[in-house]
Amino acid sequence: MLRRRLPLLLCFIAGLFMAVQYYVPHHSVQSAYETLLLWLQTLLAFAFLLGTVSLIRVHYHKIRNKAADRGFSLVMFAGLFAMLGLGFFHPSHHAPGSPFNLMFLNVQVPIEATMFSLLAFYVASAAFRAFRARTLEATLLLVAAAIVMLGRVPIGEMISSTIPEATRWILEVPNLAAKRGIMIGVGLGMMATSLKIILGIERAWMGGGD
Amino acid sequence: MMRASLAVLSILVLSLTFGWAWAQDELVLEGVEPALSDTLPPDLIPPAPAAGLTAVDYVDNNDSGNKIDLSWTTSPDDGDGAADVTGYQVWRSETAAGPGDTLAFVAAGQAGYLDETAEPGTPYYYSVTAFDGTNHSDAVSFGPVAGARNWFTATRAAVLVLVSVFFGLVLVFTQLAERGAKLFVRRIPGLNAIEEAVGRATEMGRPVLYVPGIGEIDNIMTIASLTILSHVAKITARYETPLIVPTARAVVMSAAEEVVKEAYAEVGKPDAYNRDNIRYLSDAQFAFAGAVNGIMLREKPAANLYLGAFWAESLLLAETGFEAGAIQVAGTAMVSQLPFFVTACDYTLLGEELYAASAYLSREPKLLGGLKGSDWMKVVTIVLIAAGIIMNLVGADAFVEWFHTS
Repeated sequence: MLRRRLPLLLCFIAGLFMAVQYYVPHHSVQSAYETLLLWLQTLLAFAFLLGTVSLIRVHYHKIRNKAADRGFSLVMFAGLFAMLGLGFFHPSHHAPGSPFNLMFLNVQVPIEATMFSLLAFYVASAAFRAFRARTLEATLLLVAAAIVMLGRVPIGEMISSTIPEATRWILEVPNLAAKRGIMIGVGLGMMATSLKIILGIERAWMGGGD
Repeated sequence: MMRASLAVLSILVLSLTFGWAWAQDELVLEGVEPALSDTLPPDLIPPAPAAGLTAVDYVDNNDSGNKIDLSWTTSPDDGDGAADVTGYQVWRSETAAGPGDTLAFVAAGQAGYLDETAEPGTPYYYSVTAFDGTNHSDAVSFGPVAGARNWFTATRAAVLVLVSVFFGLVLVFTQLAERGAKLFVRRIPGLNAIEEAVGRATEMGRPVLYVPGIGEIDNIMTIASLTILSHVAKITARYETPLIVPTARAVVMSAAEEVVKEAYAEVGKPDAYNRDNIRYLSDAQFAFAGAVNGIMLREKPAANLYLGAFWAESLLLAETGFEAGAIQVAGTAMVSQLPFFVTACDYTLLGEELYAASAYLSREPKLLGGLKGSDWMKVVTIVLIAAGIIMNLVGADAFVEWFHTS
């Protein structure tokens, strides 16, 4: 019973405090708030260890069970331990030109940039499907998208000065109105969920049940 | 004779040299502009004073009662008139009698100063004089004013009132639901599709992939996602379909482990729970996206559920899932990512539907009350927006001002 009630009690106290501190500017309350945020950072740092242990366990099991794709697990271990070794044992690993720094700048950063740049192709292929005028809504989307795309490049202005103006209207009136409508709903949904969690009505996030 | 000639010649050369040099000096002196201070009389006229000095207790978000906010109207000679004001001198005194000590010099053109050195509770008198480099204007004064350690941010009163109304509505409808009142909830196709997607994965003998986003555990979207994960895990446990949950945050992984394990135990299938399927991949956004894409292509899940906080990786995931032929259901409150999910997924939960999912799936009366409360708060919001428009049109700005926060 205590295993269930203690987290709920802690959640209630912490949640209530976080809500109240928004309205109380007194430095004693704000200092306590800052301290709680520091605790969160400490907690996250410790949790990082749990994540690393999970990563090692999953890939170790793949290698031990001779899974078909265990080669990727070996690459993961090579990368993990190489970076760990360079980070722990090489002095001044943050210094420009250090092996750790070189590995980060010449391996990690280009790989991430490549993944990010793939988005351009994904956007193109997704847009191709979305802009098929099969229904009234899809046709409206296609027309709006064509106007917005033309209005954002110099050729749109060259065709007609109305196109950039229409682009601005689409983005600032119907588009913004829809976004604000969604955001009001999101805000209320967030508050309702927070209240249910603070009051212990919603418990599925901690494993559900009573 | 010779000597005399040399002497005369020497005198001539020296005279010529001296005369030339003297003439040069004269020329040089004539070429120099006399200094302005040598020609103008000293400035005896002080600038016009500043006006309308006010000082108020300044309340920020870490209030120690030591801040007083001063503001005034600049001197007519500041940038205009004689245009000779170089700045303002701010004085502070604990008595009404004198200007007291100099607190600060403020540059010309500025009309305010924040005193951050006040003793809480001590009444002060402030004076401000305009300065032109030589003379001070008459002082403009204000006081007494004291800093206080505030316990409430008055500018946030409107938020407190509206939040209280909203929480009241949620609690009222929760009570009504508990007493058996029938609360209508519209059909949400995306949520109905979750069970269908899991069923399809079961028929195909392939796993279900559940991505709870890349938000940290303190993100409410992640919490909402974990509540949906609990329902999804119960369905997969019943069907004995493998459920893979890749995470980008270690704390989320720990929470997801607990949620899934508990769900499997609740439906009486604790042995079907596989800890290795709840995986921490990477905190790096695109490393995570790459790893999840790898899972989609190698382990070939038949159903992909993306529910939580997503950023630029949303389309990378959803488009790969589409190419892999999986049935896909997404849901996020990140407005900028919704178009990507709508385009690439079969069903998408728009914004607040993500928060409604837990109540919708469980049909628990207490949770449904929260949904009704949200709906009625939307009515209140619409009424307030309409009232704000009308009040602004008739010039009753105080109504709109009351909603401004800082």
